[in-house]
Amino acid sequence: MVGRGLLTFKTTPSIMATGVTVGPLEKKSPFFDQFDKVYDDERCGLGTNEHANAKMMDDACKIALNKLDSNPSKADFLLIGDLVNQMTPSNFTASALGIPYIGLFSACATSISSLITAALLTEVGMSNCAIAGAASQHMSVERQFRNPVEYGAQKPETAQWTVTAAGAAAVTPYQQGYPSIEKATIGIVNDLGMTDPLNMGAAMAPAAADTFVRHLQGFQTKIEDYDCIMTGDLGKTGFTLYKTLIENKGFQANDSFRDAGVEFYGEDPTFLAGASGAGCSSAVYFSDVFGKMMAGNYKRVLLIATGALLSPLSFQQKDTIPCIAHAVELSMK
Amino acid sequence: MNENKYAKLEQQTSPKTPYLRNIVTAFITGGTICLIGQFVSLFYMTYFDFTERTSSNPTVATLIFIAMLLTGFGQYKKIGQFGGAGSAVPITGFGNAVVSAAIEHRSEGYVLGVGSNMFKLAGSVILFGVFSAFVVALIKTILVKFGVISW
Repeated sequence: MVGRGLLTFKTTPSIMATGVTVGPLEKKSPFFDQFDKVYDDERCGLGTNEHANAKMMDDACKIALNKLDSNPSKADFLLIGDLVNQMTPSNFTASALGIPYIGLFSACATSISSLITAALLTEVGMSNCAIAGAASQHMSVERQFRNPVEYGAQKPETAQWTVTAAGAAAVTPYQQGYPSIEKATIGIVNDLGMTDPLNMGAAMAPAAADTFVRHLQGFQTKIEDYDCIMTGDLGKTGFTLYKTLIENKGFQANDSFRDAGVEFYGEDPTFLAGASGAGCSSAVYFSDVFGKMMAGNYKRVLLIATGALLSPLSFQQKDTIPCIAHAVELSMK
Repeated sequence: MNENKYAKLEQQTSPKTPYLRNIVTAFITGGTICLIGQFVSLFYMTYFDFTERTSSNPTVATLIFIAMLLTGFGQYKKIGQFGGAGSAVPITGFGNAVVSAAIEHRSEGYVLGVGSNMFKLAGSVILFGVFSAFVVALIKTILVKFGVISW
């Protein structure tokens, strides 16, 4: 261990396969052709939004396992999470798949916290195949955290759009030719007093900057060492703030800096500051970033997923928004 | 970085609320809704047996019905994003608040879902609306009693 919360994986577990499923609106995404499955219906033809959330995750896990010529009965662990109360969609997915399961909640940073947990289980030799992932479904999340979906309130330009997407990654012991998990940084909760749930990017930016600085300083690496440093869902406002914050710490952001939230829906102004949601980072990390690593475009990447740890209750009680960011470093050896 | 410093940085970075544009779009949207309401009102007065005073009830019902359809077809939120207060303040905004909550909670059934959540957003409008009407009526009654004003 090189520092508090900093992890080095000596066995470098690999991500051998991924599965990403998305809703119909996500056809607008520039990453669209890299997603494995698209549903024509926001509810996947099911009765409730929450069932759709579970179905997407279920399919994403099966797609990832299929790519390994495997199936749920052969997976050792299921480490997934979502944003609905008590994570019932993930619980139903786990029930359907029948894989030993731990539900994880790090809000929109679950894609990385699950990946870290899967890597740890693999590192200690207790897992041959662990599924890590996160999902969010626009309607089920909006109705819980904000107003009813059809309510005509004006949103400011800092607001973000929760994506309908699920991403799953199958983590196995080291295999040549696949992205391997080398290092990770467990986030520290940051709270700089932001209270506006329609400007979550601003709330999450300090957490992202903190984890970024801890990771680079702790592991003595430089920005130039990475082909891509990608945050999860800071959105346009948060991404700008994050870059300003790290510049104050003496790091100069360059072209390798990307944000899944900014890029998810392209330049479409309908989505205001960009995308958000647990599915946002997992969908982009496990499609675009994974694909680019497999194709050899990226050799070493740093993924920092951010999560706003608020609830509708804490917001109504005028509490601030505590935020977290977890980081994972992947490389092709 | 402390909270105050960050709050300053956040204010500098976050896009400013375009107040002037919002005021203009709210005026156009609210004005258009009221203009439509005026036509509906005239329609009831011309073709049915309504006076200017009595035509308000069917007019309100008609506007709410239109808002309900627009909400159901997913269009009212687009008007809301453009018009802001212009589409929230007229009676159509009230209709939208009720109907959007009703649609949303349909999956929990008619009683626990639609019934108990329909007024989730509009409930406070009703409560404070009725209460302020009561206070205003009380003041007016007192003033009339003392002969300051008349009904």
